[in-house]
Amino acid sequence: MTTQPLTTTRPTTGAPAPARPPARPGGTKRALGWIAEHALLVALAAVFLVPVVFVVLTSFMGGHQTLTGALWPHPFQWSNYLTAFRTAPLGRWFANSLLYAGVSTILMLVSSVPMAYVLAKVRFKGASILFFAVIIAMLLPPQVTQVPVYVMWAQLRVVGTFWPLILPHLFGNAFSIFLLRQFFLSIPNEYLDAARMDGNGEWGVLTRVMVPMAKPGIAAASIFMFFQCWNDYYGPLLYTSENPDHWTIAYGLASFHGAHSTDWGVIMAVTTLATLPVVLVFFFAQRTFVEGITLTGVKG
Amino acid sequence: MTGPALIGLVVFFLYPLCANVFYSFTNYDLASPPKWIGLRNYEYLFTQDPRVGKAALNTLWFVVILVPVRMACSLGIALLLTRRKRASGFWRTLFYIPALVPPVASVVGFVFLFNPGAGPVNALLRTFGVKGPLWFNDPALSKPSLLLLGVWMMGDIMVIFLAALLDVPKDQYEAAELDGAGPGNKFRYVTLPNISPVVLFSAVTGVIAALQYFTEAAVASSVANGKTGIDAGADQLLGYPNDSLLTFTQWMYVQGFSSFQLGYAAAMAVVLFVVAAAVMAVLLRRAGLFRQKGA
Repeated sequence: MTTQPLTTTRPTTGAPAPARPPARPGGTKRALGWIAEHALLVALAAVFLVPVVFVVLTSFMGGHQTLTGALWPHPFQWSNYLTAFRTAPLGRWFANSLLYAGVSTILMLVSSVPMAYVLAKVRFKGASILFFAVIIAMLLPPQVTQVPVYVMWAQLRVVGTFWPLILPHLFGNAFSIFLLRQFFLSIPNEYLDAARMDGNGEWGVLTRVMVPMAKPGIAAASIFMFFQCWNDYYGPLLYTSENPDHWTIAYGLASFHGAHSTDWGVIMAVTTLATLPVVLVFFFAQRTFVEGITLTGVKG
Repeated sequence: MTGPALIGLVVFFLYPLCANVFYSFTNYDLASPPKWIGLRNYEYLFTQDPRVGKAALNTLWFVVILVPVRMACSLGIALLLTRRKRASGFWRTLFYIPALVPPVASVVGFVFLFNPGAGPVNALLRTFGVKGPLWFNDPALSKPSLLLLGVWMMGDIMVIFLAALLDVPKDQYEAAELDGAGPGNKFRYVTLPNISPVVLFSAVTGVIAALQYFTEAAVASSVANGKTGIDAGADQLLGYPNDSLLTFTQWMYVQGFSSFQLGYAAAMAVVLFVVAAAVMAVLLRRAGLFRQKGA
């Protein structure tokens, strides 16, 4: 069954090239496996993409058409997007989300970068206790401390404003501290020692050596923080839901459908718009972002 | 240098953690000072509250079903992707994107896609002659519908698994092959032991996330019910249909921040804390997980 001379068997590495005619029975089997795997992958990918495609398609349908179970807009109705902006203060919601996410990210960096540096590179008594405290704060559900925190904000009379959402980040964010520490750990101590020999204090080492070298890590932590706030629903529900001027896009979107419950086309237009900024940021920062997620997968 | 973050740890974490225990023994509505009532909140929680049991069971459903299914699916897809040499970035991105979509947007989208009358999913089923179910409007199917959404959004775990899989030393696979191990045995004796810290990590974080499951269930309830925001009549709205989506944290939200029974909500928080702490004890016993070479 072979037309080729038998050669010594080599250990095969990686996927076999599909173009080569299978020389051995195992080759046929492997080629079939390759095809099956790719077919599965393409099918899965299609399933994962379908919801997005349908949501975007529906955003171009007229209200009556969305109720017929149609899959393709006919005709394409671009006006849903105009209607969305006319019927809801979308601009304000976007601006509020930007304010919440942007300011929180900046405040997070101010406090979490130094803390992460200390946890990663400075030896001191109680370091491991402090690190455990950060881990626990990161993992425990926020609802566990919600009542006293809410009471605190209520007593300060700032419920209904952005303060309860933004201010805590000035005092560090456990997840960011953890993520940044993982990055800082990967920077060799020799660089720090050299900087210290040159007469730098800890601040100098941090700002002149660590921060420039950990730029990808800092970028990843920032993007994470930004998305977390942009996507946050619970925080705005708890603190700003009674003040429509302070609604964010995530909260606004959840409230939008009730007022327009029959016009799915317009609702899907708002849904698409709420997602668009996240997807755009992701495409520009893709590598950094995936690197960041990868690093959160702690290795033993 | 650690000043601000230390203040944050104390003001937004350690103090509230302790204060919460105090509030759980009181009757407190924010308007008048907390009144000590001993164990009455806990007594009501465990013996009388008509809906807390349902909420806890629903939460348990998400812990027991959602977490393992999500992990199995993400591990499966990650395994498929590790075998891709070319365009691996493309595939990874493709499966990751749903995890980026704001949860509220994906819930609104899913409730529309699965809406019983005119949703595209049931329209598709109809072309195959199948009568589609009520999905988010059927108490028996509302949680499985959210499970579909949860699997769709599994990209975050998938990327972590993928990184762990790519880190497994190649020579171990070669050694196993020389010993005549097939794919199944290679997975069991080489892959699994190598990625087990990451599996444990994602199991624990997954369970903690499921314990606080809130946004998806709350938004699905209100969208499927055709109502506006959650604040108006939260207790009636949350959990639709028929309390099938009412989770522990939603009931806590209703008690604490809609009915302002803050003492009772604090007692619920204590229960949540005990469960979450038990889960974390598993993780912390394996604290080596967080130490890295050179730390």
